[in-house]
Amino acid sequence: MSQEANMRRVTAIKNGTVIDHVPAGKALSVLKMLGIGGYMSNPVSLVMNVPSKKMGGKDIIKVEDRELTQNELDKLALVAPDASVAIIRAYTVAEKMEINLTNEVVNVARCTFSNCITTNPREPLPHRLVVTKRDPLELRCRYCGKTQDIEGLVDNLL
Amino acid sequence: MPGLITMDDLTNEEIISILDDAERLLPVARGEMYLPLLQGRILGNLFFEPSTRTRMSFETAMKRLGGNVVNLGDVKTSSVVKGETLFDTIQMVDGYTDIIAMRHPRQGAAQYACDSAKVPIMNGGDGAGHHPTQTMLDLFTIRRSHGTLEGLNVVLAGDLRYGRTVHSLSHALVRFGCNVTFASPDSLRMPEEIVADLKVHGAEVVETDDLIGQINSADVIYMTRIQKERFPDEDEYTKVAGAYKLHARDLDGAKAEMIIMHPLPRVEEIHPSVDSTRHACYFEQAFNGVVARMALMCKLLGVTVPEDVNEAGGVL
Repeated sequence: MSQEANMRRVTAIKNGTVIDHVPAGKALSVLKMLGIGGYMSNPVSLVMNVPSKKMGGKDIIKVEDRELTQNELDKLALVAPDASVAIIRAYTVAEKMEINLTNEVVNVARCTFSNCITTNPREPLPHRLVVTKRDPLELRCRYCGKTQDIEGLVDNLL
Repeated sequence: MPGLITMDDLTNEEIISILDDAERLLPVARGEMYLPLLQGRILGNLFFEPSTRTRMSFETAMKRLGGNVVNLGDVKTSSVVKGETLFDTIQMVDGYTDIIAMRHPRQGAAQYACDSAKVPIMNGGDGAGHHPTQTMLDLFTIRRSHGTLEGLNVVLAGDLRYGRTVHSLSHALVRFGCNVTFASPDSLRMPEEIVADLKVHGAEVVETDDLIGQINSADVIYMTRIQKERFPDEDEYTKVAGAYKLHARDLDGAKAEMIIMHPLPRVEEIHPSVDSTRHACYFEQAFNGVVARMALMCKLLGVTVPEDVNEAGGVL
Protein backbone atom coordinates (compact mmCIF):
# COMPACT_ATOMS: atom_id res chain seq x y z
CA MET A 1 0.00 0.00 0.00
CA SER A 2 1.35 3.40 -0.90
CA GLN A 3 2.18 6.22 1.46
CA GLU A 4 -0.63 8.20 -0.08
CA ALA A 5 -3.13 5.45 0.64
CA ASN A 6 -1.89 5.30 4.23
CA MET A 7 -2.43 8.98 4.72
CA ARG A 8 -5.91 8.84 3.19
CA ARG A 9 -7.10 6.59 5.97
CA VAL A 10 -7.58 9.75 7.99
CA THR A 11 -8.13 13.23 6.71
CA ALA A 12 -5.47 15.91 6.73
CA ILE A 13 -5.51 18.08 9.81
CA LYS A 14 -5.58 21.85 9.75
CA ASN A 15 -3.50 22.53 12.85
CA GLY A 16 -1.75 20.18 15.23
CA THR A 17 0.88 17.45 15.33
CA VAL A 18 1.43 14.34 13.19
CA ILE A 19 3.55 11.56 14.64
CA ASP A 20 4.58 9.12 11.93
CA HIS A 21 6.77 5.99 11.96
CA VAL A 22 5.63 4.85 15.38
CA PRO A 23 6.49 1.14 15.76
CA ALA A 24 3.46 -1.00 14.87
CA GLY A 25 1.23 -1.51 17.87
CA LYS A 26 2.85 1.20 20.01
CA ALA A 27 0.45 4.06 19.24
CA LEU A 28 -1.59 3.52 22.39
CA SER A 29 1.59 3.62 24.48
CA VAL A 30 2.58 6.86 22.75
CA LEU A 31 -0.80 8.41 23.57
CA LYS A 32 -0.40 7.32 27.15
CA MET A 33 3.09 8.81 27.33
CA LEU A 34 1.78 12.09 26.00
CA GLY A 35 -1.10 12.07 28.43
CA ILE A 36 -3.61 12.06 25.60
CA GLY A 37 -6.83 10.35 26.63
CA GLY A 38 -10.55 10.39 26.06
CA TYR A 39 -11.02 13.25 28.50
CA MET A 40 -9.42 15.71 26.06
CA SER A 41 -11.49 17.75 23.68
CA ASN A 42 -8.91 17.72 20.86
CA PRO A 43 -9.76 15.32 18.03
CA VAL A 44 -7.16 12.51 17.80
CA SER A 45 -6.80 10.16 14.82
CA LEU A 46 -5.02 6.88 15.12
CA VAL A 47 -3.92 4.47 12.41
CA MET A 48 -2.36 1.21 13.53
CA ASN A 49 -0.48 -1.59 11.78
CA VAL A 50 -0.34 -0.03 8.32
CA PRO A 51 2.38 -1.24 5.91
CA SER A 52 5.58 0.79 5.80
CA LYS A 53 8.52 0.44 3.41
CA LYS A 54 10.93 1.58 6.10
CA MET A 55 9.55 -0.34 9.06
CA GLY A 56 7.42 -3.16 7.65
CA GLY A 57 4.49 -1.94 9.72
CA LYS A 58 3.84 1.27 11.61
CA ASP A 59 1.32 3.39 13.47
CA ILE A 60 0.45 7.04 12.78
CA ILE A 61 -1.10 9.54 15.20
CA LYS A 62 -2.64 12.90 14.41
CA VAL A 63 -3.44 15.24 17.25
CA GLU A 64 -5.46 18.28 16.24
CA ASP A 65 -5.03 21.76 17.71
CA ARG A 66 -2.10 20.82 19.86
CA GLU A 67 1.60 21.35 19.14
CA LEU A 68 3.80 19.01 21.10
CA THR A 69 6.75 20.52 22.88
CA GLN A 70 10.31 19.17 22.63
CA ASN A 71 10.04 18.04 26.23
CA GLU A 72 6.96 15.98 25.43
CA LEU A 73 8.58 14.55 22.34
CA ASP A 74 11.67 13.41 24.18
CA LYS A 75 9.48 11.18 26.33
CA LEU A 76 8.60 9.27 23.17
CA ALA A 77 12.20 8.13 22.86
CA LEU A 78 11.33 5.33 25.26
CA VAL A 79 8.83 3.65 22.90
CA ALA A 80 9.21 5.32 19.50
CA PRO A 81 12.78 6.63 19.17
CA ASP A 82 12.64 6.75 15.35
CA ALA A 83 9.24 8.42 15.01
CA SER A 84 9.06 11.50 12.79
CA VAL A 85 7.06 14.44 14.02
CA ALA A 86 5.57 17.29 12.04
CA ILE A 87 3.85 20.39 13.35
CA ILE A 88 0.98 21.32 11.03
CA ARG A 89 -0.28 24.87 10.60
CA ALA A 90 -2.95 25.72 8.03
CA TYR A 91 -2.72 22.26 6.44
CA THR A 92 1.00 22.54 5.75
CA VAL A 93 4.06 21.24 7.54
CA ALA A 94 5.32 24.25 9.46
CA GLU A 95 8.05 22.48 11.40
CA LYS A 96 9.72 19.08 11.53
CA MET A 97 10.90 17.96 14.93
CA GLU A 98 13.25 15.25 16.09
CA ILE A 99 13.03 13.00 19.09
CA ASN A 100 16.22 13.12 21.09
CA LEU A 101 17.27 10.29 23.35
CA THR A 102 19.56 11.89 25.90
CA ASN A 103 22.09 9.89 27.93
CA GLU A 104 19.83 10.16 30.94
CA VAL A 105 16.04 10.30 31.02
CA VAL A 106 15.15 12.56 33.92
CA ASN A 107 11.70 12.80 35.53
CA VAL A 108 9.89 11.06 32.69
CA ALA A 109 9.11 7.74 34.37
CA ARG A 110 9.58 6.04 37.70
CA CYS A 111 11.89 3.00 38.02
CA THR A 112 10.00 -0.25 37.38
CA PHE A 113 11.72 -2.18 40.19
CA SER A 114 9.29 -2.61 43.07
CA ASN A 115 11.95 -2.37 45.81
CA CYS A 116 13.74 0.73 44.47
CA ILE A 117 14.08 3.64 46.92
CA THR A 118 12.28 5.85 44.37
CA THR A 119 9.01 3.93 44.80
CA ASN A 120 8.30 6.19 47.78
CA PRO A 121 6.43 9.04 46.03
CA ARG A 122 7.47 11.48 48.77
CA GLU A 123 11.19 11.14 48.10
CA PRO A 124 12.03 14.43 46.36
CA LEU A 125 15.08 13.71 44.16
CA PRO A 126 14.49 13.44 40.39
CA HIS A 127 13.81 10.06 38.83
CA ARG A 128 16.87 9.28 36.72
CA LEU A 129 17.10 6.48 34.16
CA VAL A 130 20.49 6.08 32.51
CA VAL A 131 20.66 4.94 28.88
CA THR A 132 23.11 2.02 28.87
CA LYS A 133 22.39 0.79 25.33
CA ARG A 134 20.62 2.46 22.41
CA ASP A 135 19.81 -0.40 20.06
CA PRO A 136 17.94 -2.16 21.44
CA LEU A 137 17.15 0.45 24.04
CA GLU A 138 18.30 -0.43 27.56
CA LEU A 139 17.92 1.82 30.58
CA ARG A 140 18.97 1.38 34.17
CA CYS A 141 17.84 3.26 37.23
CA ARG A 142 20.61 5.55 38.50
CA TYR A 143 19.80 4.59 42.08
CA CYS A 144 19.06 0.85 42.20
CA GLY A 145 20.87 -0.08 38.98
CA LYS A 146 18.05 -2.34 37.78
CA THR A 147 17.51 -2.77 34.04
CA GLN A 148 14.14 -1.31 33.20
CA ASP A 149 11.15 -3.07 31.72
CA ILE A 150 10.40 -0.66 28.86
CA GLU A 151 6.72 -1.67 28.62
CA GLY A 152 6.43 -1.22 32.38
CA LEU A 153 7.85 2.31 32.12
CA VAL A 154 4.76 3.35 30.16
CA ASP A 155 2.70 2.52 33.25
CA ASN A 156 5.17 4.45 35.43
CA LEU A 157 5.10 7.76 33.59
CA LEU A 158 5.25 10.77 35.83
CA MET B 1 31.31 14.32 48.19
CA PRO B 2 31.83 10.91 46.61
CA GLY B 3 31.40 7.93 48.86
CA LEU B 4 31.52 4.20 48.32
CA ILE B 5 28.23 3.01 46.84
CA THR B 6 29.41 0.27 44.49
CA MET B 7 32.87 -1.07 43.72
CA ASP B 8 32.81 1.02 40.54
CA ASP B 9 33.54 4.02 42.79
CA LEU B 10 37.10 2.77 43.34
CA THR B 11 39.83 2.09 40.79
CA ASN B 12 41.98 -1.02 41.20
CA GLU B 13 44.84 1.24 42.30
CA GLU B 14 42.64 2.84 44.96
CA ILE B 15 41.54 -0.58 46.20
CA ILE B 16 45.16 -1.73 46.53
CA SER B 17 46.12 1.51 48.26
CA ILE B 18 43.29 1.07 50.83
CA LEU B 19 44.29 -2.57 51.41
CA ASP B 20 47.90 -1.45 51.96
CA ASP B 21 46.70 1.15 54.48
CA ALA B 22 44.62 -1.53 56.21
CA GLU B 23 47.66 -3.77 56.44
CA ARG B 24 49.58 -1.04 58.27
CA LEU B 25 46.64 -0.33 60.58
CA LEU B 26 46.38 -3.93 61.84
CA PRO B 27 48.07 -3.27 65.22
CA VAL B 28 45.69 -0.34 65.79
CA ALA B 29 42.68 -2.51 64.91
CA ARG B 30 43.87 -5.16 67.32
CA GLY B 31 44.12 -2.60 70.11
CA GLU B 32 47.87 -3.02 70.45
CA MET B 33 48.54 0.67 69.92
CA TYR B 34 46.76 4.01 69.75
CA LEU B 35 46.70 6.10 66.60
CA PRO B 36 43.99 8.83 66.69
CA LEU B 37 43.98 9.63 62.99
CA LEU B 38 40.26 10.46 63.04
CA GLN B 39 40.15 12.32 66.36
CA GLY B 40 37.37 14.91 66.30
CA ARG B 41 35.52 13.18 63.46
CA ILE B 42 32.02 11.78 63.87
CA LEU B 43 30.60 8.75 62.06
CA GLY B 44 26.82 8.55 61.60
CA ASN B 45 25.63 4.94 61.71
CA LEU B 46 22.31 4.74 59.87
CA PHE B 47 21.12 1.16 59.93
CA PHE B 48 17.53 0.98 58.76
CA GLU B 49 17.61 -2.81 58.98
CA PRO B 50 19.33 -5.29 61.30
CA SER B 51 23.10 -5.54 61.34
CA THR B 52 25.59 -6.94 63.81
CA ARG B 53 29.01 -7.14 62.21
CA THR B 54 28.78 -4.23 59.79
CA ARG B 55 27.41 -1.77 62.34
CA MET B 56 29.73 -2.85 65.15
CA SER B 57 32.83 -2.96 62.96
CA PHE B 58 32.16 0.54 61.62
CA GLU B 59 31.77 1.75 65.17
CA THR B 60 34.89 -0.06 66.36
CA ALA B 61 36.87 1.23 63.39
CA MET B 62 35.98 4.86 64.11
CA LYS B 63 36.67 4.52 67.84
CA ARG B 64 40.01 2.75 67.33
CA LEU B 65 41.07 5.77 65.29
CA GLY B 66 40.02 8.20 68.02
CA GLY B 67 36.76 9.33 66.43
CA ASN B 68 33.20 9.23 67.69
CA VAL B 69 29.97 7.63 66.56
CA VAL B 70 26.31 8.61 66.62
CA ASN B 71 23.70 5.97 65.89
CA LEU B 72 20.25 6.18 64.35
CA GLY B 73 19.31 3.49 66.86
CA ASP B 74 16.25 1.38 66.44
CA VAL B 75 14.30 2.49 63.39
CA LYS B 76 11.08 1.90 65.35
CA THR B 77 11.97 4.71 67.74
CA SER B 78 13.23 7.16 65.09
CA SER B 79 11.42 9.68 62.90
CA VAL B 80 11.38 7.09 60.12
CA VAL B 81 8.22 5.56 61.63
CA LYS B 82 6.60 9.01 61.45
CA GLY B 83 7.07 8.88 57.70
CA GLU B 84 10.26 10.90 57.32
CA THR B 85 11.79 10.52 53.87
CA LEU B 86 15.31 9.22 53.43
CA PHE B 87 16.21 12.57 51.89
CA ASP B 88 15.17 14.46 55.04
CA THR B 89 16.90 11.99 57.36
CA ILE B 90 20.10 12.40 55.37
CA GLN B 91 19.87 16.22 55.45
CA MET B 92 19.77 16.04 59.23
CA VAL B 93 22.56 13.50 59.75
CA ASP B 94 24.64 15.26 57.11
CA GLY B 95 24.73 18.23 59.44
CA TYR B 96 25.61 16.19 62.51
CA THR B 97 28.43 14.04 61.16
CA ASP B 98 31.53 13.92 58.96
CA ILE B 99 30.83 10.56 57.29
CA ILE B 100 27.85 8.19 57.15
CA ALA B 101 27.61 4.39 57.09
CA MET B 102 24.22 3.24 55.95
CA ARG B 103 22.18 0.07 55.47
CA HIS B 104 18.68 0.25 54.04
CA PRO B 105 16.14 -2.34 52.90
CA ARG B 106 15.42 -0.47 49.66
CA GLN B 107 17.74 -0.99 46.71
CA GLY B 108 19.34 2.23 45.49
CA ALA B 109 19.02 3.90 48.90
CA ALA B 110 22.79 4.38 49.21
CA GLN B 111 23.11 6.16 45.85
CA TYR B 112 20.05 8.21 46.74
CA ALA B 113 21.63 9.21 50.04
CA CYS B 114 24.91 10.00 48.28
CA ASP B 115 23.06 12.32 45.89
CA SER B 116 21.38 13.99 48.89
CA ALA B 117 24.40 14.47 51.17
CA LYS B 118 27.54 16.57 51.40
CA VAL B 119 29.45 14.10 53.58
CA PRO B 120 30.68 10.76 52.16
CA ILE B 121 28.22 7.86 52.27
CA MET B 122 29.46 4.30 52.77
CA ASN B 123 27.01 1.69 51.54
CA GLY B 124 26.61 -1.01 54.17
CA GLY B 125 24.02 -2.82 52.06
CA ASP B 126 21.02 -1.59 50.07
CA GLY B 127 18.30 -4.21 49.63
CA ALA B 128 19.65 -6.94 47.38
CA GLY B 129 21.95 -4.39 45.73
CA HIS B 130 25.55 -3.87 46.82
CA HIS B 131 27.71 -4.18 49.90
CA PRO B 132 31.08 -2.71 48.89
CA THR B 133 32.57 -2.23 52.36
CA GLN B 134 32.12 -5.98 52.86
CA THR B 135 33.94 -6.44 49.58
CA MET B 136 36.87 -4.40 50.86
CA LEU B 137 37.25 -6.66 53.88
CA ASP B 138 36.75 -9.74 51.69
CA LEU B 139 39.52 -8.59 49.35
CA PHE B 140 41.74 -7.83 52.33
CA THR B 141 41.14 -11.36 53.68
CA ILE B 142 41.84 -13.00 50.32
CA ARG B 143 45.03 -11.00 49.80
CA ARG B 144 46.32 -11.80 53.27
CA SER B 145 45.75 -15.50 52.67
CA HIS B 146 47.03 -15.78 49.10
CA GLY B 147 49.40 -12.82 48.88
CA THR B 148 47.63 -11.61 45.75
CA LEU B 149 44.20 -10.89 44.31
CA GLU B 150 45.12 -11.80 40.77
CA GLY B 151 44.30 -14.98 38.88
CA LEU B 152 42.65 -16.87 41.73
CA ASN B 153 39.88 -19.43 41.29
CA VAL B 154 37.01 -18.16 43.37
CA VAL B 155 33.75 -20.04 43.87
CA LEU B 156 30.78 -17.98 45.08
CA ALA B 157 28.11 -20.30 46.43
CA GLY B 158 24.57 -20.24 47.80
CA ASP B 159 22.11 -17.41 47.40
CA LEU B 160 23.62 -15.38 44.58
CA ARG B 161 20.33 -13.73 43.60
CA TYR B 162 19.60 -11.87 46.81
CA GLY B 163 23.07 -11.99 48.41
CA ARG B 164 24.37 -8.44 48.03
CA THR B 165 27.86 -9.34 49.29
CA VAL B 166 28.48 -11.56 46.28
CA HIS B 167 27.18 -8.92 43.88
CA SER B 168 29.85 -6.43 44.92
CA LEU B 169 32.57 -9.04 45.38
CA SER B 170 32.13 -10.59 41.94
CA HIS B 171 32.62 -7.18 40.29
CA ALA B 172 35.88 -6.64 42.15
CA LEU B 173 37.24 -10.16 41.61
CA VAL B 174 36.72 -9.96 37.88
CA ARG B 175 38.58 -6.65 37.74
CA PHE B 176 41.59 -8.37 39.31
CA GLY B 177 41.50 -11.19 36.76
CA CYS B 178 40.08 -13.89 39.03
CA ASN B 179 38.24 -16.85 37.54
CA VAL B 180 34.78 -16.74 39.04
CA THR B 181 32.42 -19.70 39.37
CA PHE B 182 28.85 -19.19 40.55
CA ALA B 183 27.42 -22.25 42.31
CA SER B 184 23.76 -21.82 43.18
CA PRO B 185 20.33 -23.39 42.85
CA ASP B 186 18.64 -22.35 39.63
CA SER B 187 16.13 -20.14 41.46
CA LEU B 188 18.93 -18.22 43.22
CA ARG B 189 21.28 -17.58 40.28
CA MET B 190 23.29 -14.39 39.95
CA PRO B 191 21.08 -11.59 38.48
CA GLU B 192 21.37 -11.25 34.72
CA GLU B 193 22.53 -7.63 34.75
CA ILE B 194 25.44 -8.50 37.02
CA VAL B 195 26.52 -11.42 34.83
CA ALA B 196 26.23 -9.09 31.81
CA ASP B 197 28.39 -6.45 33.56
CA LEU B 198 31.04 -9.04 34.40
CA LYS B 199 31.18 -10.19 30.80
CA VAL B 200 31.68 -6.59 29.69
CA HIS B 201 34.82 -6.65 31.85
CA GLY B 202 35.98 -9.67 29.81
CA ALA B 203 35.21 -12.26 32.47
CA GLU B 204 34.44 -15.86 31.63
CA VAL B 205 31.73 -16.65 34.09
CA VAL B 206 30.93 -20.28 34.92
CA GLU B 207 27.50 -21.00 36.38
CA THR B 208 26.73 -24.36 37.96
CA ASP B 209 24.48 -25.99 40.54
CA ASP B 210 27.29 -28.30 41.71
CA LEU B 211 29.22 -26.85 44.64
CA ILE B 212 31.03 -30.00 45.76
CA GLY B 213 32.47 -30.52 42.27
CA GLN B 214 34.24 -27.12 42.48
CA ILE B 215 36.10 -27.69 45.75
CA ASN B 216 39.33 -29.26 44.51
CA SER B 217 40.20 -26.54 42.00
CA ALA B 218 39.19 -23.58 44.21
CA ASP B 219 41.52 -21.10 45.90
CA VAL B 220 38.59 -19.45 47.67
CA ILE B 221 35.10 -20.75 48.41
CA TYR B 222 32.78 -17.95 49.43
CA MET B 223 29.65 -19.34 51.06
CA THR B 224 26.42 -17.42 51.59
CA ARG B 225 23.30 -18.23 53.52
CA ILE B 226 20.28 -19.54 51.67
CA GLN B 227 17.31 -17.84 53.23
CA LYS B 228 14.24 -19.92 54.01
CA GLU B 229 11.85 -17.12 53.20
CA ARG B 230 12.94 -17.14 49.54
CA PHE B 231 11.18 -20.51 49.02
CA PRO B 232 7.47 -21.24 48.64
CA ASP B 233 7.59 -24.21 51.05
CA GLU B 234 9.92 -25.79 53.57
CA ASP B 235 10.42 -29.04 51.60
CA GLU B 236 11.76 -27.12 48.63
CA TYR B 237 14.09 -25.13 50.92
CA THR B 238 15.41 -28.27 52.62
CA LYS B 239 16.11 -29.92 49.27
CA VAL B 240 17.98 -26.93 47.85
CA ALA B 241 19.82 -25.88 51.01
CA GLY B 242 21.10 -29.44 51.48
CA ALA B 243 23.16 -29.17 48.30
CA TYR B 244 24.94 -26.06 49.57
CA LYS B 245 26.44 -27.23 52.82
CA LEU B 246 30.12 -27.76 53.48
CA HIS B 247 31.35 -30.44 55.89
CA ALA B 248 34.97 -31.08 56.82
CA ARG B 249 34.83 -34.44 55.02
CA ASP B 250 34.06 -32.63 51.73
CA LEU B 251 37.43 -30.87 51.88
CA ASP B 252 39.79 -33.87 51.60
CA GLY B 253 40.79 -33.06 48.04
CA ALA B 254 40.98 -29.28 48.51
CA LYS B 255 44.20 -27.33 47.89
CA ALA B 256 46.14 -26.81 51.12
CA GLU B 257 45.90 -23.03 50.90
CA MET B 258 42.22 -22.93 49.90
CA ILE B 259 40.18 -20.69 52.20
CA ILE B 260 36.49 -20.81 53.05
CA MET B 261 34.85 -17.45 53.62
CA HIS B 262 31.36 -16.41 54.71
CA PRO B 263 29.95 -12.92 55.40
CA LEU B 264 28.11 -14.44 58.41
CA PRO B 265 25.77 -15.12 60.05
CA ARG B 266 25.88 -18.75 58.97
CA VAL B 267 23.03 -21.11 59.71
CA GLU B 268 23.69 -24.60 58.39
CA GLU B 269 25.75 -23.98 55.26
CA ILE B 270 29.12 -24.49 57.01
CA HIS B 271 29.19 -27.39 59.45
CA PRO B 272 31.07 -26.64 62.71
CA SER B 273 33.50 -29.46 61.77
CA VAL B 274 34.96 -27.05 59.19
CA ASP B 275 35.89 -24.52 61.91
CA SER B 276 38.93 -26.51 63.02
CA THR B 277 40.28 -27.08 59.50
CA ARG B 278 43.07 -24.94 58.03
CA HIS B 279 40.57 -23.71 55.44
CA ALA B 280 38.21 -21.89 57.82
CA CYS B 281 38.70 -18.16 57.42
CA TYR B 282 35.33 -16.61 58.26
CA PHE B 283 36.08 -15.43 61.79
CA GLU B 284 39.32 -13.77 60.70
CA GLN B 285 37.28 -12.29 57.85
CA ALA B 286 34.82 -10.80 60.36
CA PHE B 287 37.70 -9.22 62.32
CA ASN B 288 39.10 -7.79 59.11
CA GLY B 289 35.92 -5.74 58.82
CA VAL B 290 37.34 -3.37 61.40
CA VAL B 291 40.68 -2.73 59.77
CA ALA B 292 39.30 -2.51 56.23
CA ARG B 293 36.73 0.07 57.37
CA MET B 294 39.40 2.02 59.25
CA ALA B 295 41.43 2.35 56.07
CA LEU B 296 38.35 3.17 54.01
CA MET B 297 37.24 5.97 56.33
CA CYS B 298 40.73 7.48 56.28
CA LYS B 299 40.64 7.43 52.49
CA LEU B 300 37.16 9.00 52.23
CA LEU B 301 38.00 11.67 54.81
CA GLY B 302 41.27 12.50 53.10
CA VAL B 303 43.43 11.40 56.04
CA THR B 304 46.80 9.86 55.19
CA VAL B 305 47.76 6.66 56.99
CA PRO B 306 51.44 7.02 58.00
CA GLU B 307 53.93 4.73 56.30
CA ASP B 308 55.36 3.81 59.68
CA VAL B 309 52.42 3.32 62.00
CA ASN B 310 54.63 2.10 64.85
CA GLU B 311 56.49 5.39 64.90
CA ALA B 312 53.34 7.51 64.58
CA GLY B 313 51.22 5.63 67.10
CA GLY B 314 51.34 5.48 70.88
CA VAL B 315 51.32 2.65 73.35
CA LEU B 316 47.96 1.97 74.97
